[in-house]
Amino acid sequence: MEFNPRLMAIQVDEGGGAALRRTVEDMGLVVHTGVGGKEITADADGAVTAMALSDGSSIDTDLVIFSAGVRPRDQLARDCGLTVGERGGIAVDERCRTSDPAVYAIGECALAADGRVYGLVAPGYEMALVTADEIAEASRESGFTGADTSTKLKLLGVDVASFGDAHGTAEGCLDVVYADSRAGVYKKLVIGADGALLGGVLVGDAESYGMLRPLTGSVPPVAPEQLVLPAGLGAPAAIGPSALPDEAVICNCHNVTKGSIRSAVTDHQCATVPEVKKCTKAGTGCGSCLKALTTLVNDELEASGVSVDKGLCGCFSYTRAELYEIVRTLRITSYAALLDSHGRDEARSGNGCEICKPTVASIIASLAPTVGASGYVLDGEQAALQDTNDHFLANLQRNGSYSIVPRIPGGEITPEKLIVIGEVARDFGLYTKITGGQRIDLFGARVDQLPLIWARLVEAGFESGHAYGKALRTVKSCVGQTWCRYGVQDSVRMAIDLELRYRGLRSPHKLKSAVSGCARECAEARGKDFGVIATSNGWNLYVGGNGGADPRHADLLAQDLDDEQLIRLIDRFLMFYIRTADRLERTSAWLERIEGGLDHVRDVVVDDSLGLCAELEALMADHVAGYRDEWAETLEDPERLRRFVSFVNAPGAPDPTVKFVPERDQVKPDLTILSGPSIPVRTLETLEGAASR
Amino acid sequence: MTMAPERIDVRVELLIDQRWFAVCDLSDLTPGRGVAALLPDGTQVAVFLDRTGQAYAIDNRDPFTGAYVLSRGLLGSVGERPFVASPLLKQRFDLETGRCLDDEGVAVQAYAARTQEHMGGVSAQVA
Repeated sequence: MEFNPRLMAIQVDEGGGAALRRTVEDMGLVVHTGVGGKEITADADGAVTAMALSDGSSIDTDLVIFSAGVRPRDQLARDCGLTVGERGGIAVDERCRTSDPAVYAIGECALAADGRVYGLVAPGYEMALVTADEIAEASRESGFTGADTSTKLKLLGVDVASFGDAHGTAEGCLDVVYADSRAGVYKKLVIGADGALLGGVLVGDAESYGMLRPLTGSVPPVAPEQLVLPAGLGAPAAIGPSALPDEAVICNCHNVTKGSIRSAVTDHQCATVPEVKKCTKAGTGCGSCLKALTTLVNDELEASGVSVDKGLCGCFSYTRAELYEIVRTLRITSYAALLDSHGRDEARSGNGCEICKPTVASIIASLAPTVGASGYVLDGEQAALQDTNDHFLANLQRNGSYSIVPRIPGGEITPEKLIVIGEVARDFGLYTKITGGQRIDLFGARVDQLPLIWARLVEAGFESGHAYGKALRTVKSCVGQTWCRYGVQDSVRMAIDLELRYRGLRSPHKLKSAVSGCARECAEARGKDFGVIATSNGWNLYVGGNGGADPRHADLLAQDLDDEQLIRLIDRFLMFYIRTADRLERTSAWLERIEGGLDHVRDVVVDDSLGLCAELEALMADHVAGYRDEWAETLEDPERLRRFVSFVNAPGAPDPTVKFVPERDQVKPDLTILSGPSIPVRTLETLEGAASR
Repeated sequence: MTMAPERIDVRVELLIDQRWFAVCDLSDLTPGRGVAALLPDGTQVAVFLDRTGQAYAIDNRDPFTGAYVLSRGLLGSVGERPFVASPLLKQRFDLETGRCLDDEGVAVQAYAARTQEHMGGVSAQVA
């Protein structure tokens, strides 16, 4: 029910309102416009039964929801006796002064000189500028007389945008309209007498908002009717930011023009997007202009002769995603073959580097069953490509010792297994600590101790936890429905299922997950790369979450899934990420970077817009079928075990520099032994003695 | 009936005090990786093999962290020059000169290394 004659009367015109109404009604909602509520009737118990409308009609209902819109919060001004508007808002003049000239008001609490209250951030910034100049007594020609209220939003999932003179109030202006009622699309551009674009309304498809808005006020480079036609119907390829005039505003939050961005590169020698952001503030507000900003910066750098190299490293001019496609389609299973056939000219037949070797090893491992490579990361040439952690299947610590994390799926562990971990730690003198992922980390193992420790762990039923790999780490869980009075699903079982399904999966960066048994979210699933939260109907799947230095709450990808739907969707999501992400790019950064963001990922993995889903599922099925425990396999092979020595020419001798001192009833590395340019040395004779003991 | 071929060992030798010292068999090395070895005075060296079969040796101690881990880094090359990247903080060291490529003022000792064929197979292991 809307008091105005159409939906979103301020933003859209009549045609747009009609298109919007049709789409909303197609969803099964009944829309009443031009009426208000008059009376709510209740039964004897006080429960709502009906609502009478201002046009005399009535609706039977047992629930009424009010949406009050935005009202300025001006109580402070009222208490101070300042003048406020009839419908609220602290009245200010063009200099943002209130009725007391010593007091200023800006932002959505203020009723601006043009009689309007602005609830957007850009006018707020502008008012702040005016006020700051005023307080500093800086001379300023213009005050705040009103602002552009261009906006783009979603109403019940429908894109709605309006910009500039959306209602065509300028004298002599004419409309160019494209409407497709079947598709629920309505686009109108207002064109001035001189051919300049003055404003517009977009409903159902607001994709071109980012391109049209900066064009406002100038004559578009193509005929206006071409700007409203859908792609494929004679519309030109979207006009990129390069086609925009210098005065076009790219960052609306900070009012930064294309010209300022270009001069940041040419006049202020900014060579990267972060530098330009710092210099101009562009892209530091809502971030929606980052893509355009990146294009402009790269264009400008290229124009000034700086080549922008997107290659993975000095050896490859391809990105990680491109190398993935090359390995997959050409079934290349050898790093050397890939370097010699697809490396940069100067890198071919060389030794590669520490960046591309682990990256290519990870790609080959991810695709191993599919391209016919060995799935074992230490086989043949693959062994030479792995970072030290993957090479020794353990995590290198600062003094050259390693830490060990056995897999504890879902964080569930029996007392017997806990005892084994305790005994192993005690027998090898390891420092133990509980990790954030509901596992136990054992620190302080020498490289030659790793097979001995793992022999005990494998014997007790443990397997590699892949804490050393860019791979699935853990799937955390709360106890869920089984024990918790609030739980609505068995979160532990789901966490174990997911952890066992994706264990060993090599990916561009580490992968973390969690499953919560109810909306209280005790497992912190929304801080994970893929997080699952139970609902009374099934599971909600969230993706792209992260903790750490750059925290991000995961976004809802799909809701109320059953077990099978959930797993299928995660299969697709993970494989799509592995296929398209950059090296060391977590899902959170990937989701922010890729074109179209979450909507695009949803299109691909939920709606199968690229027709990739069957292939993504098959890749994951290959992985699941091909999984083997790396540590069990290593222990079975004497050749592989030969690597686990401190010294090649003294296989039984421990490294004398890996020493420990006591700390809170456990041990810590003795770093004094590592400091200084020379270290206490032991001769071969004493080492021989040590080895024979 | 088959004849057992005469055994030829290929050893990796380092020039220590003007004498060649055998640290290991060539078969102990994987191209693109290194191993740690002990010199007679207890010094730790990192020995590497590149793609072409050329051996290199430098100190095993990473001067940035003090840890004896350079043998566990990954090999690479810039142009013709082979390097190892420390597995801890990834600084690169030229395998021929020991110079750090990421910090001019830092270097580790480099040793001359060669591979040498020996008839008969006397073990190069010292313990």
